[in-house]
Amino acid sequence: MTGIQRVSAGRRLKDRLIRSLVYLSFVVAVIPLIAVLWMVIRNGLARFDVEFLTHSMRNIGARDVGGGAYHAILGTLEQVLLASAISIPIGLLTAIYLVEYGQGTRLSRMISFFVDVMTGIPSVVAGLFVLAFWILVLGMPFSGFAGALALSILMMPTVVRSTEEMLKLVPNDLREASYALGVPKWRTIVKVVLPTSLSGIVTGVMLAIARVAGETAPLLLTVFFTDSINRNPFTGPQMGLPLYVFDQASRPTDSAVDRAWAGALALILIVMLLNLAARLIGRWRSSARKR
Amino acid sequence: MGQQIQVSGLNAYYGKHKAIEDISMTIEPQSITAFIGPSGCGKSTFLRTLNRMHEVVPGARVEGKVLLDGEDLYAPDIEPVSVRRMIGMVFQRPNPFPTMSIYENVVAGLRLNGRHSRSETDTVVEESLRGANLWNEVKDRLSKPGAGLSGGQQQRLCIARAIAVKPQVLLMDEPCSALDPISTLAIEDLMTTLKKRFTIVIVTHNMQQAARVSDRTAFFNLAGPGQPGRIVEMDDTSRIFSNPAQKATEDYITGRFG
Repeated sequence: MTGIQRVSAGRRLKDRLIRSLVYLSFVVAVIPLIAVLWMVIRNGLARFDVEFLTHSMRNIGARDVGGGAYHAILGTLEQVLLASAISIPIGLLTAIYLVEYGQGTRLSRMISFFVDVMTGIPSVVAGLFVLAFWILVLGMPFSGFAGALALSILMMPTVVRSTEEMLKLVPNDLREASYALGVPKWRTIVKVVLPTSLSGIVTGVMLAIARVAGETAPLLLTVFFTDSINRNPFTGPQMGLPLYVFDQASRPTDSAVDRAWAGALALILIVMLLNLAARLIGRWRSSARKR
Repeated sequence: MGQQIQVSGLNAYYGKHKAIEDISMTIEPQSITAFIGPSGCGKSTFLRTLNRMHEVVPGARVEGKVLLDGEDLYAPDIEPVSVRRMIGMVFQRPNPFPTMSIYENVVAGLRLNGRHSRSETDTVVEESLRGANLWNEVKDRLSKPGAGLSGGQQQRLCIARAIAVKPQVLLMDEPCSALDPISTLAIEDLMTTLKKRFTIVIVTHNMQQAARVSDRTAFFNLAGPGQPGRIVEMDDTSRIFSNPAQKATEDYITGRFG
């Protein structure tokens, strides 16, 4: 017999059970996030002061308090900026090729495959590659730029993948509408497809930046260490915030450990600010549209 | 002010699959020509071959000739993009650009093809929206997003967008199938006004619509499953709906099959 049935007690129970499991796993997933933030803020605030933001570690002895991460903040900003300048254009263009032009050709399948492989490269390997090729074979010096090269190897596949997904979401109707108006393909891509998927692409790029901003291993092998300010990313060792944290945390004194926490806090803040800026740009663009 | 289209021996393929076969017809200027026939018989494919939109699909190709006022659109040295500026298209589902305002949607065809002064585009926007019978409804909110309009208004916006580039021919692929009867009526009225300026070709599943608006009607059908679509009969609309020459046409329009 079929017909309208009441919800049985068993189903109700199952519903409760699954529902609480879902809530529970959400809580479990959020605990580490909150714990990390809380730890970093609590321990980092002690040394997160003006001196920390404006001074380097030059002439700071092993037992001295004070000193700061200015050189590391500067280095991280320059390295991430350079890495973005290299990998965002290449990544965007690759994704555009894959979605708009490749469509199942042999070349695009190959590119897709290699992008997948690149996504899986451990960051140390990227650093080793730049060390071996750029520094040892080509004889270039340790520099912020070498670090940026290693970071861009890690960043590129993320940018390609996320942009590709966003471009695929743009309905084909819109492309056809544009073609039917007699708009050439490249203009359709620039004026219709990219603006439509812009906010998604920006989010993807920001995630990629956030990912590489925290990389330590590739910098260790390419940027090297320094306690001094080096504004020029193209010559000489630089510092990066992850390196700074790594370096300070391995020193035995309390003041160094405090500096490491403050460095971690600075890194998180930089990534957060970048994210916020990207959101604002996205919002500003969409409100400019509506006027 | 509307140009004649002559098609001869046209075949269209999707990869290896032949979708339509040996289509020949003349589409008269400043008139409405309707294509009717069961789903999958190649009406839309044929429509898309008329402004070289068919080849946008990967693997699709076309054989045969389409002459617009005597010039072959498939001649090797013809730029497909320029064909589409001469022959505009309105799609089944309204597809205004979501990132653009109503104003920007209407001038999209102009803007995306080059620079135009503000006063110039202002004129085009008013002209086209009036042409699409939408001006009075949207004149106070031209800067609002086009996606915020109702379905029928969106479709008229798409028509305004298509006529803003001043094409000779307007192709409409089931323009009313996603719309309610009132919006459909608005668009049918619009078509009868527009035919003074354009050559209009419309694909429709709605037989009454074909009978109401069109001057000439072509009936498409498949010889069998997996076979390419062919043209069964083409004649004045009044003839097709009152006294068709082919039995298959009569069966279709009286609802005995398809």
